Amino acid sequence: MDIAEDTTESRPETGRQRPETSWQEIQRSSEFVELRRRQRGFAFPLTAFFLAWYLLYVLLADYAHEFMATKVVGNITLGLVLGLLQFVSTFLISAAYVWFANRRLDPVVDDIRQRVEV
Amino acid sequence: MDNSNPVVNIGIFAVFVAITLVVVFRVNRGPSSAAGFYTGDNAFTGRQNGVALAGDYLSAAAFLGITGAIALNGYDGFLYSIGFLVAWLVALLLVAELLRNTGRFTMADVLSFRMRQRPVRTAAALSTLAVTFFYLLAQMNGAGGLVALLLGVVDEVGQAVTVSVVGVVMIVYVLIGGMKGTTWVQIIKAVLLIATAFVMAVWILGRYGFNLSALLGDVVRLGGENGEAMLAPGKMYGATDVTRADFLSLGITLVLGTAGLPHVLMRFYTVPDAKEARRSVVWAIGLIGGFLLMTMVLGYGAAALVGSERILGAPGKANSAIPLLAAELGGPALLGLVAAVAFATILAVVAGLTITAAASFAHDIYLNVIKRNARDAGASQLTVARWAVVVIGLVSIAGGIVTNGQNVAFLVALAFAVAASANLPTLLYSLFWRRFTTTGALWSIYGGLATTMTLIVFSPVVSGSPTSIFPSADFAWFPLSNPGIISIPLSFLLGYLGTVLSAERPDAVKHAEMEVRALTGLGAEHATATKGSA
Repeated sequence: MDIAEDTTESRPETGRQRPETSWQEIQRSSEFVELRRRQRGFAFPLTAFFLAWYLLYVLLADYAHEFMATKVVGNITLGLVLGLLQFVSTFLISAAYVWFANRRLDPVVDDIRQRVEV
Repeated sequence: MDNSNPVVNIGIFAVFVAITLVVVFRVNRGPSSAAGFYTGDNAFTGRQNGVALAGDYLSAAAFLGITGAIALNGYDGFLYSIGFLVAWLVALLLVAELLRNTGRFTMADVLSFRMRQRPVRTAAALSTLAVTFFYLLAQMNGAGGLVALLLGVVDEVGQAVTVSVVGVVMIVYVLIGGMKGTTWVQIIKAVLLIATAFVMAVWILGRYGFNLSALLGDVVRLGGENGEAMLAPGKMYGATDVTRADFLSLGITLVLGTAGLPHVLMRFYTVPDAKEARRSVVWAIGLIGGFLLMTMVLGYGAAALVGSERILGAPGKANSAIPLLAAELGGPALLGLVAAVAFATILAVVAGLTITAAASFAHDIYLNVIKRNARDAGASQLTVARWAVVVIGLVSIAGGIVTNGQNVAFLVALAFAVAASANLPTLLYSLFWRRFTTTGALWSIYGGLATTMTLIVFSPVVSGSPTSIFPSADFAWFPLSNPGIISIPLSFLLGYLGTVLSAERPDAVKHAEMEVRALTGLGAEHATATKGSA
């Protein structure tokens, strides 16, 4: 599947649909631009969110001991609940990403690959 | 330790070694290609690799150290677990798939992809070797401590012999099995470790009618006047402003370090494509998350059923929480199993670290920097890699023996700090910032590495406090034991400045190739053996 070296000079010829092959052509293609937009549009905000939520938790654990020591049920403290919620959010974000990648990223990747690898 | 039967402990461990050696010999009678040796021909499934990632990541420090910290300090011990787990989201969302698609064998493959090869590869390889060396030394040192704790071997010669045996078995695993054999060792160990933790956690919860609150009630009662403090943060890190800042720094380092650990990154090359890499991380997150939840139960269980007084009175202090708990629950048999699992853990982790370091030396430094990727050097690369395994193994045995008895627990945190400071910023810039250049990459790698090392040397870890390596000297001017809060932002800044201040232009063609490959998998290295073959 060496598409880089041997096909860079093959440009689409007039009147005939030939697969675009050089890396830069793929990079400029609308499909690829859309793929990159989707990937970053999902991963970047979600990363910002989970890092902020984690940092909030660390700061609370670090500087709000009384608050974290509040009992919620029996001997279960708020700190324990928030800590367990970090586990829950991590599992949920993983699941959400897989769901998103399978439905919104993989099909575009398949399209681009099919177009290029003909 | 009372109740401990060294013969049982050694016997169970010997069975583990025997089984894994048979597996290693069977799966691979001498991998003959570089791809086979470094990646097991990309033939593992996402699920297998996910289990192996958990095996690579859950070191003896995680099993004995975190549970011990929870048993003694309650909630503050649990804080480690959270950073340890959340960190995998960085790997899942930003790194794993893109790295799988652009690299072949090492982290440096990705970092140097669109840069000038030799300087960036050299820098990335040095950083890889630094992280793996610190991590290795911590593991081998831990092996010496475990010998005393679990096998009752207290004389130095006996401990040195045991450390050597661990090192030699590890060398055999890696030499014979390559990445394929190492991966199977990780898988077997991960299953054993997680199953043991699961059985113990259920056992403890069963004693309390599966009521966590009742278990915590016993923790409070047994803890006396400090009992309530076990359920909320602050017992370990809440003392002063400096300890609080130190904890913040550690928290940031943990969450950003994982996705820059070279031995974790290298595992993504063992699967055939990005989708399997994605599956690997999801499996790893599930297993590691589940395991860390169990360690919470185990830690609090040790606090409730064993008590901090007995733990602090035992030879390994915090590290003895789990062995004592096992003896309390299941007598010598369960203690033997836990001891064997702890050794298996060390063995599997050092094997993963060694193959990573050897691959980086042979593929990055020897083949690409020294031999400039000459055609005839391809074959000798494998010989160099095998020799590197032997040398690294011997160095780590020596390191384990020399540092025996010293507290080198900070080395794991240091490995994470270098990974988060030198590797992760460079990796993220390479993958996501079009303008990033060779100068930027060198500044962020060397800058992150140098800052981390400098701050550690002048921290209380090395001098100026009773627990320092040199307690009688005092040249510490940096107050924190964890440099991440300074070194990570600084490395990001240096990568940015190096890029914008130099006249160098990014290579647009290489950038296009890297970006397209990263997102689509076009041109990526694919499975050369049948999928799932063992």
